[in-house]
Amino acid sequence: MTVSIHPLKKYTRSHITRTTTCPGCGIGIVSQAILRAIDELEFNMDDFVFVSGIGCSAWIPSPLYNTDTLHTTHGRPIAFATGVKLGLPNKNVMVISGDGDLAAIGGNHLIHAARRNINLTVILLNNGIYGMTGGQTAPTTPRGLTTITSPYGTMEHNFDITPMVVTAGASYAARWTTYHPRQMTRSIKKAIQKKGFALIEAMSQCPVQYGRVSKLGKAVDMLKDFKVNSVKINKARNMEPEALLGKIVIGEFVDIEKAELSEECMNLRRKMMEAM
Amino acid sequence: MKKDVVFVQGNEACVRGALYAGLDFFAGYPITPSTEIAELLSRRLPAKRGKFIQMEDEISSMCAIVGASLTGKKVMTATSGPGFSLKQEALGFAVMTETPCVIVDVQRGGPSTGLPTSVSQGDVMQARWGTHGDHAVIALTASNSQDVFAITVEAFNLAETFRTPVILLLDEVVGHTRERLVEPKAGEIDVVERLKTSVPEGTDYHPYLPREDGRLPMSDFGGVHRHHVTGLAHDMWGFPSNKPDVVYGLMHHLIDKIEGHVNEITRVKEFFVDDAECLLISYGSAARTTRHVVENRRARGEKLGLLELQTLWPFPADLVRERCASANHIIVVEMNMGQILGEVKKVVKNPDGVFLANRIDGGFITPADVLNIIRITQGKGV
Ligand SMILES: Cc1ncc(C[n+]2csc(CCOP(=O)(O)OP(=O)(O)O)c2C)c(N)n1
Ligand code: SF4
Ligand SMILES: [Mg+2]
Repeated sequence: MTVSIHPLKKYTRSHITRTTTCPGCGIGIVSQAILRAIDELEFNMDDFVFVSGIGCSAWIPSPLYNTDTLHTTHGRPIAFATGVKLGLPNKNVMVISGDGDLAAIGGNHLIHAARRNINLTVILLNNGIYGMTGGQTAPTTPRGLTTITSPYGTMEHNFDITPMVVTAGASYAARWTTYHPRQMTRSIKKAIQKKGFALIEAMSQCPVQYGRVSKLGKAVDMLKDFKVNSVKINKARNMEPEALLGKIVIGEFVDIEKAELSEECMNLRRKMMEAM
Repeated sequence: MKKDVVFVQGNEACVRGALYAGLDFFAGYPITPSTEIAELLSRRLPAKRGKFIQMEDEISSMCAIVGASLTGKKVMTATSGPGFSLKQEALGFAVMTETPCVIVDVQRGGPSTGLPTSVSQGDVMQARWGTHGDHAVIALTASNSQDVFAITVEAFNLAETFRTPVILLLDEVVGHTRERLVEPKAGEIDVVERLKTSVPEGTDYHPYLPREDGRLPMSDFGGVHRHHVTGLAHDMWGFPSNKPDVVYGLMHHLIDKIEGHVNEITRVKEFFVDDAECLLISYGSAARTTRHVVENRRARGEKLGLLELQTLWPFPADLVRERCASANHIIVVEMNMGQILGEVKKVVKNPDGVFLANRIDGGFITPADVLNIIRITQGKGV
């Protein structure tokens, strides 16, 4: 019998034999995109520290990835990662967490880290819902959807996360869906290499909670929905706002160079040393 | 003036003590009456090869220092009541993950926005129980700039020794009183460095396996050992576990490593305690007033004594019980409704002989406030 070993298995802790993810969840696709990006860049896991919050998506690196992993409190991984990055400016510090974690309870840290332009790579899995706690409304839940905590339909408007983070000052920001794993991998590679704050918003299916409340159905139906409703950013720029209702704009939203915080801190230190 | 004598506020003494102890990283958010600590460190830390960051709030400040500590840095944050409340969840994370860090709370009047520029000692119990769940914690305090310097160094030393957050409970009067500080020379006060693991690369390292002496050597993030840090209950490798025996062991370890070393952690100052008929127990700036009263009355032949606590948590129960044993009356002097009073009553033989001299209106406690209570214990009425 031949034993085949998954080519990305080398990046995971050998004693972790199962994950907490439901069958059909988009988390697996995003996790593969992350590891594939690291693999294609020929990075070593020791070049990274992974920081995650609380939620299904936050379990991607924690404790699966075989390197230093920090599993923080709900909403705060970017704040913890800020300390890690300033302590270890030469490491790639990657934050992986959900939309509730990073855009609701942790929304302030998200925009401030983008404003500081600190060199973090943030993978935000947007499944439009609080998956782990059982399908409650998130700030990303489309208006009108009925959820466990909005039984009469949400009356609130939802965040458009990637443009928000661009406005806050990110150096790199892209949005893809789990229907676009290759494009997502390519963007993650760019995000890792970007010197500055980089966000990947990964639209990801949660068939168990979101699939149920949206009546979109199973994972495959949700992926088809991503396929049908995605619009490339270049095309979207020429479309009327009404035509974009219910669509997911995908692609690179920003890719610029500007002064980065951890390097600025090192420059200041050097200057002080020279002056002494 | 000799070069090592300076005239500084308690907040600056804290900054100088932190730099003496080897502070590498500070994250904070401005709040009266602690702001001078952040202001001074923003200027001085970069010159000492350290890093300073002003975060978007106290929550992220607390999280950032824990993140930086895990990379091997000595870290601190400083705040006051409202900010101290915000730090509690991440403070519990530091307790659970056994991450050394120092949290300064320069107390002001509360609850809520309360009295931003007035003195209080109302956060003593919050320091003990502010974060959720059963746990142990170290909280220290001091009453003057000289002691603030030394106790700040102690705070860093204890944080490293016990792999725990240490809370430094200053107050508005101590923080803002400008007075003489003789700055200790390098080497004069011991500085405890982080205990790093000697387990070589390639050999299993257990981040949460205590050595025979109870200490847990650390491996920095980015070092040769890959490891996992989580706020979930975890085993000796740091991986999540909800097995009852593992959780039982973890909880006992977290509490015993501190409560079991109370003598090692206890710092007190004693003034005329041995033959005191009336023993006053105080701490922080309230101890300044108390000391004044005790010294004045001693000059008149009255047998008063002062036990000044510098370690509030873990509460030095045995020491307090022992010092109180021969006094007729005990008076606890503090600027709250009796947060340490309750602890003293718990440990003494005769709780009914323990009285409170306090002040909670934002005013600094005066000798008259203390003397009024002394008169009552002497049966003289007010
Ligand atoms: C301070 C705090 N509040 C609430 C929770 C409960 N909680 C755990 S996960 C979660 C939501 C997670 O949603 P999201 O980040 O979108 O992750 P998903 O499970 O959808 O991937 C909440 C509210 C918590 N752990 N801590
Ligand atoms: S609840 Fe939803 S997001 Fe969480 S693992 Fe299951 S499918 Fe994925
Ligand atoms: Mg979610």
